[in-house]
Amino acid sequence: MSVETRKKPTEVPELLTVGFVTLLRSLGLTIPIGSVIAFQESLRELGLENRKSVYWAGRTTLITDPENISLYDQAFIGFWEGQAFIEQDLSPLIQTVTLAIDDGPSLDETANDEERPEGEVINLRYSTSEVLQQKDFALYNLRELEEAHVLMQAMLLIGGSRSSRRKLPSGKKTQYPDLRRTIRRSLRTNGEPIRQDFLERGKRLRRVVFLLDISGSMETYARALVRFVQAAVVGRRQVEVFTLGTRLTRITRELSSRDLDRAIDAAANSVQDWSGGTRLGETLRIFNNDWGQRGIARGASVVILSDGWDRGDASIMSEEMGRLQKVSHQIVWVNPLKASPGYEPLAQGMAAALPYVDRFIEGHNMESLTNLAALLSE
Amino acid sequence: MASELPNKPEGVAKGLADFGYLASEGLATAIFLSLSLKRPLFLEGDPGVGKTEVAKTLAKWLDTELIRLQCYEGLDIAQALYEWDYTRQLLHLRAAEASGRAMEVGEKVLEDEMYHERFLVKRPLLQAISHSNETPPVLLIDEIDRADDEFEAFLLEMLSEYSVTIPEIGPFEARIPPVVIVTSNRTRDVHDALKRRCLYHWVEHPGFDREVMIIRSRVPEVSENFAKQVAAAVELVRDLGLYKPPGVAESIDWAIALGRLGSKELDESSILGTMGALLKYREDQIRVKDHGIQELLDKALARVG
Repeated sequence: MSVETRKKPTEVPELLTVGFVTLLRSLGLTIPIGSVIAFQESLRELGLENRKSVYWAGRTTLITDPENISLYDQAFIGFWEGQAFIEQDLSPLIQTVTLAIDDGPSLDETANDEERPEGEVINLRYSTSEVLQQKDFALYNLRELEEAHVLMQAMLLIGGSRSSRRKLPSGKKTQYPDLRRTIRRSLRTNGEPIRQDFLERGKRLRRVVFLLDISGSMETYARALVRFVQAAVVGRRQVEVFTLGTRLTRITRELSSRDLDRAIDAAANSVQDWSGGTRLGETLRIFNNDWGQRGIARGASVVILSDGWDRGDASIMSEEMGRLQKVSHQIVWVNPLKASPGYEPLAQGMAAALPYVDRFIEGHNMESLTNLAALLSE
Repeated sequence: MASELPNKPEGVAKGLADFGYLASEGLATAIFLSLSLKRPLFLEGDPGVGKTEVAKTLAKWLDTELIRLQCYEGLDIAQALYEWDYTRQLLHLRAAEASGRAMEVGEKVLEDEMYHERFLVKRPLLQAISHSNETPPVLLIDEIDRADDEFEAFLLEMLSEYSVTIPEIGPFEARIPPVVIVTSNRTRDVHDALKRRCLYHWVEHPGFDREVMIIRSRVPEVSENFAKQVAAAVELVRDLGLYKPPGVAESIDWAIALGRLGSKELDESSILGTMGALLKYREDQIRVKDHGIQELLDKALARVG
């Protein structure tokens, strides 16, 4: 590149770049300093005269996820074009949603709990972990939930292993010769390969995909299971989490914060349809189209937590379950209602889905979650 | 063209257009920045929007070599970086042994001979780093989302330093860093650290006007009006909620197929006959047929006017 053809680099005030980045960060985007420097350098190359160049400079250097593009667009308009926008457009994104059950009792509540006369809470006070094992999540009080969360985090959730295409040195005689080691070893015997070395196929964790139904009737169970899944997400143990309701929301990223409460908050905030209705079949279709078929569900164990109540068309449900079954390793359906005496899978969606389900299990208490964890690691 | 890079994104757009790739303003800016800041460019987007084509066209325009690494599960150093030519190493050893040289010179000398660059098989990443040209090659790391995450970690190191170390020989460092294009279909999330090392661009489906231009430039035998009809029909099909909505690559294939059949105007029978070029799933074809080919056709023709 000859120097003459280059434009003189534009001086870009740091205040401008840093100010814009600060705005983006305040909207919840994570932007490391390296990206800010790249942004600054890009603006020096492109200049500030052209609004669109500034827009693309920021988008290529500060944004790494297509889901954040609309947020970036709004921030860009607000910052560079000076329009007030935050109050109206972004309020749902930055408001704090308080989850009554999810975060356990606040300090005040715990304090109140202690002070309450014993008679009022007597049946709850005796909740030992053994009692918790059997008790339906829906009947938990706040303190029991908190205890259960501690137990859940201790549970190790991993997918079973599957054979990988990556090969590792093996002690056995296999069909894959390890020439590299064989030749290196033969140096010691003056070039005579006396002992042959072999490779074998390694093991990888099978991905586990959770689809949590968060419609009104399932909310309690979904919130409980989110806790259970979060530890696995943090450990990068090949776990993906989505919520199903009136829409599909991917919450894996939100759950990956090590701070449990923050993770749950972030996930809850990103889900906009807690306790709404369910259009199971249709949200499943969105999952299949946007994620499942493209790779996330391929060869994975898919766990669906739902009571199977679907207000949509049952034929869609059956079509989408069929598609999911074709790409996944197994489908586990967790239905908390299954534990109720005399339960029959009569709900329209459930009946349509059942032929495609490999395991149909209950999921109303700690014990059943332990079973689920064991089943997945098989 | 290779010696002087343009000083504006418009120059990049023009350069690529000369070789038949019509880049959007955003993509042109991203490529421009990647070239001038010498940072890898990470392209993500739906299949068929022309991510791989960017690298191919870039190599043509810069008049340089294209080195392609196709990622897949289990991709390892031996496939991506380097491997020793074991057969020749063995022959060398046996020759040394047979002539009695092996005993004479000893293990150390023999080892140095064996792990010499002439027995080194350079795989794409090493080829890209150890190039000796004045114009750096274009390194295309295609579909990174198919590789394991261990490979991502390795790539991270290589892309930040543009150097690799081979234990038996020593470090290789790029004199002039290669132009690196990384693509992903987003079948899984690629680690943020890798994306941060790169400039990032999400490649969208083109708008109607640009799609018409792309078809015109790629399939010159079709008329302007016909290209418009094709683009309009494809745009409608994309909105039908298919498993795999057609990308630009499919629009081009479809236009070629229609052209071969001698169609001058879009009509029902030619659509039915060439559907396989546009829609690759049986379910998608059924859905489009159920929706009504005639209706689709009417809408597309109405759009073009």
